[in-house]
Amino acid sequence: MELLTPAIGLLFWMALVFGILVFFLKKFAWKPILSSLKEREDTIESALRMAEETRAEMAKLKSDNDKILAEARAERDKMIRDAKNITDKMIADAKEKAVVEGNKIIADAREAIQQEKAALVSQMKKDMASFSIEIAEKVIRRELADKSSQEALVSTLISDANLN
Amino acid sequence: MNSLLIDRIIIENMLRKITTKLLLVLSLSLFSINFASAQEGHEAHPENHEATAHEEEKFDIGQMIMHHIADSHEWEFAHGLTLPLPVILYTKQYGLEVFSSKRFAEGNGVYNGYINNHEHIHRLNPQGGLDEEVHVWDLSITKNVASMLLSAVILIVLMSTVAKSFAKNRGKAPKGIQSFIEPIIFFIRDEVVIPNVGPKYEKYLPYLLTLFFFILVNNLLGLIPGGANLTGNITITLFLAVITFIITHINANKHYWLHLVKPEGVPVAMLPLMWVVEIAGVFMKPMSLTIRLFANITAGHIIILSLLGLIFIFKSFAVGGVVTLFTLFMNAIELLVAFLQAFIFTLLSSMYIGSAIEEHHEADHGH
Repeated sequence: MELLTPAIGLLFWMALVFGILVFFLKKFAWKPILSSLKEREDTIESALRMAEETRAEMAKLKSDNDKILAEARAERDKMIRDAKNITDKMIADAKEKAVVEGNKIIADAREAIQQEKAALVSQMKKDMASFSIEIAEKVIRRELADKSSQEALVSTLISDANLN
Repeated sequence: MNSLLIDRIIIENMLRKITTKLLLVLSLSLFSINFASAQEGHEAHPENHEATAHEEEKFDIGQMIMHHIADSHEWEFAHGLTLPLPVILYTKQYGLEVFSSKRFAEGNGVYNGYINNHEHIHRLNPQGGLDEEVHVWDLSITKNVASMLLSAVILIVLMSTVAKSFAKNRGKAPKGIQSFIEPIIFFIRDEVVIPNVGPKYEKYLPYLLTLFFFILVNNLLGLIPGGANLTGNITITLFLAVITFIITHINANKHYWLHLVKPEGVPVAMLPLMWVVEIAGVFMKPMSLTIRLFANITAGHIIILSLLGLIFIFKSFAVGGVVTLFTLFMNAIELLVAFLQAFIFTLLSSMYIGSAIEEHHEADHGH
């Protein structure tokens, strides 16, 4: 059948044209197109990779930041805690000191009072003694003023003493 | 490329072939009926058959279809609007002859001792009969050759533009026509060639890309009213299939040949039978490539032409309206087929090449 018979002329031209076409397109179209496609793919790939790396770096930076922040926060907490401790200690010390001082003052006061008391007592003793002596003197003096009675007494005493 | 898609394509192809066969039978029966009646007035005036047909107001659909899908020495866009093409003839006895196909039209199919009998050119002997001793090598720029040259020019201009645009937009997003062609190139490379040819694909990519775009552009040119039916011509499809065959077998590795001679797991007694099957398989591949493209494109043209022919047979507005809708529908399908067939031809070529250069032994040879 006509349709199924290859034509020599057409075959000749087809071979020629298709050969030229493959050669030409290979050299002037496919090679530059495919190479720039590849180049673009590489560019995109490297850009993606870089983005990925940047993201990882960012994540790392962020974690570093967090770490630093956490450290700073810990530092601050520690400082606050230390300060509080110091304050507490200072207050406690002051209190203790005050107590000691108070006690000492009280003790001193007590001692002073004791001393005063002792001085007072000794003074009183002294005064009492002198007072007693005075009284005794006055009493003796009055007793001695009556000479006859004295002589009587002495004579009684002597008489008593003779009996012994 | 997943096997599901291939299965779908194969099923779709089978369906197409069945419809194609039905329509071929239908149109050929019409053709033969009309051919018989047309033959009487035909012998005396080889070339003016159509003229007489028109004069007699008799419409011969088979003749019309054959005229449209066959090659021709002139390019008839519409009745009366014909582009004359150069006729190039070579005979051992008379040497090279170049003249315009207009000379044949003027001389009623005869010029300078040559006769154009249904696009077959013969030498006339002095008595006016055919000179059987002279073999005429017909290297004319026929309608198909002209269309092929046009497609080559289109491809070269298009692809150089795209290449230039690539050079200009180096490292940037595609622009203009480049953004239309680029995804197709990507698709052919990443979905068709790389999965089927394998890691050594770069060597075959230029051929396969050219193949795809050549078939695609010519399929589309063939759909334009008045266009030539180049990819529906068996010479062209045979040529392309043979090129794929040659590339496959030049590059075929040891495993491929070994598989042909001694397929694995086959009992020795079965080997002669396997040789027959394998060798038949080797030649079936280019055959199927040839016939698939040829039949698909030609069938599409025949369907559209048959539908349009109905208008001239029935000469009714109602039929005209229905047929127009049908033709529109068929044209849409043909548009799809134009892409599909270019894709399938490239896909199968890639698979054949891939199966021949595959390193592993468990190669599936695609049959």
